[in-house]
Amino acid sequence: MINKIENQFKFIRIAISISIALLLAFLIISFVSKDPLFAMYNLIIGPFENIRRVGNIVELMIPLLFTGVGVSIMYSAGQINMASEGAFFLGGVAAAYVSVTFLLPYGIHPVVAMIAGGLIGGLIGLIPAILFVKFKALPVVSSLMLNYISYFLGMYVIHYIIFDPETGYLSSFLYKETAILPKLFSVTRIHWGLVIGLIVVVLGYLFLKKSKWGYAIRMIGMNPNFAQYSGINVGFYILLCQLIGGAIAGIGGAVEQLGMYSRFQYQKLSGHGFDGVLVAILANYNPKFVPLAAFFIAYVRVGADVMARNSDVPIEIVSIIQAVIIVFVASERFLAGWKHRKIVKASQERFASEEA
Amino acid sequence: MDVIFKSIFSTVFFYTILRVATPLIFVSMAALIVRKGGIMCIAFEGMMLFAALGGVIGSALTQNLFVGLLLGTIFGVTIAMIFAYFVLVLQSNNVLTGLALNILGSGGTVFLLFALTGEKGTSSSLRSLQVPHWNIPIIKDIPILGEIISGHNLFTYLAFLTVILVYILVYKTRLGLRIRSVGENPQAAESVGIKVIRTKVISLLIGGLIASFGGMYMSMGYLPFFTRDMMSGRGFIGIAAQNLGGGIPLNTMLSAMLFGSAEAVSNVFQSLRLPSEFVQMLPYIVTIVGLISIGGVKKESKSKIKRIKEIKESTHE
Repeated sequence: MINKIENQFKFIRIAISISIALLLAFLIISFVSKDPLFAMYNLIIGPFENIRRVGNIVELMIPLLFTGVGVSIMYSAGQINMASEGAFFLGGVAAAYVSVTFLLPYGIHPVVAMIAGGLIGGLIGLIPAILFVKFKALPVVSSLMLNYISYFLGMYVIHYIIFDPETGYLSSFLYKETAILPKLFSVTRIHWGLVIGLIVVVLGYLFLKKSKWGYAIRMIGMNPNFAQYSGINVGFYILLCQLIGGAIAGIGGAVEQLGMYSRFQYQKLSGHGFDGVLVAILANYNPKFVPLAAFFIAYVRVGADVMARNSDVPIEIVSIIQAVIIVFVASERFLAGWKHRKIVKASQERFASEEA
Repeated sequence: MDVIFKSIFSTVFFYTILRVATPLIFVSMAALIVRKGGIMCIAFEGMMLFAALGGVIGSALTQNLFVGLLLGTIFGVTIAMIFAYFVLVLQSNNVLTGLALNILGSGGTVFLLFALTGEKGTSSSLRSLQVPHWNIPIIKDIPILGEIISGHNLFTYLAFLTVILVYILVYKTRLGLRIRSVGENPQAAESVGIKVIRTKVISLLIGGLIASFGGMYMSMGYLPFFTRDMMSGRGFIGIAAQNLGGGIPLNTMLSAMLFGSAEAVSNVFQSLRLPSEFVQMLPYIVTIVGLISIGGVKKESKSKIKRIKEIKESTHE
């Protein structure tokens, strides 16, 4: 009963947080825009106006499936590890390297590229965990530093190993045709990454919520001392889940490159890893809800993009919406009184019915 | 190789260290005060970005430097207070709140800049003011020393002054004692009548103020304008410096200068057109190594505690 109220409450809190964020966005839009209603129309309805934009939402959502599931697994052990960003970036670089230099047949080439991305991503996710388990180094700080290191390492590979001097800007050679992930539908750019992403969602859900390892990881997240006393090897599971989470983010980076691009052309960190944190928070660290959360974030992005192109409100409104959602969802005491009353009422009713 | 050595062992190089270490010293001192109050705050990046933009807007609109500094400080401290409200009152997760405020700082400043000027990249169309440089009388005429420590931005001197002020505040005043006691043992502090939340808010207020100066230095001294995401991780390096310095103001300042030197070395490599990527990693690698070594120090202190316990037990017998 109380568990049910807790879960119900989490959903209501997320819904209210989103509403507050959107309300605030409307308020800001009506301040800065000359035609606020038109801008809001573009933000809310714009993404569904034609099939191409709906396609855009799904395209944007695909990488978030990977980073969202990856971060959900990482954070379930109570580790605030931001390395998903670097893992995603270097996963993409590794896939680019494999796609440019290897000669492999259709079907196998993208798989090898994704494995390369997953390996390097897992390594990046693992490093902050090792530093934490061995040296008690704060994972937030070390992973953020690692993101910068990953970025420069990736740029070195692009700049000195697979650099194409003919394009006139910093980019790799064209990916070999055998490595490209084919499109699913002809009208949009939605590619096979969607299928792979949904498989990752299912596997992530089974791992985190239905397996012995997932249970241990969640227990560590709730109370590491208790987990330690009940005989769980805390260090091992922390390393395991950061490795898996990083690997999923790395595969995501590879899929994004092979599905959406014909050559590596990121000039800076893409932000998908940080977006993954947002998606995971909205999904309450449950891979089952990651597609929904990823769809919502992608929808807001496309909406803001449509709005920025058709009206005078810049796309950065998105970051204001995101920040507001995060702070309210992450607030323990926000609406806690309401939850408290609800639980008290439910228990009183139960007592009454038991007495009767 | 010879060129590298010549570039590194020059007065210009040491001048550069002080120049690039200035914002790091400010943030590390902000991080130190906040940490003493027992708060894990990573929102400095957001505070600094807003302060940097606030300083530019204020000074450009009024053509008055002090109004600019005031507005920048208000912007930065506002972010610190939002952090305080969510983390201390609504008991929000501190890391996630910090992350959110950094996202807000990155996007919100660009949004504001666009709303005011119609530009997104830099504020160069605004005629904002800069904090002047200062040639220290007498010292500027001493051959090597003068070239290194004279002629800096006033903010640089303020940064070093801040280190002293923070030391005095933390260790020599009643407020500092309260902040430390709240950070080390909030229950005990409360039992002797210290208002825990209020003290923590004050430490965040002071931290926000100091971080704001670091932000304003970036847009009113280091560069003459605001550019998007111009902090590029300095807020986090400041936190790392505070960690590496073990919460002691002088050591924290030295750590910040160490990170500054790594940045200065990478600047030298970039100007010599060597593959700069690896050198650009340097400050971040140094930070991670720093984090590891603090972990090592902590282990050592654990063994010390063990030894003290053993001595106590043996004296009891």
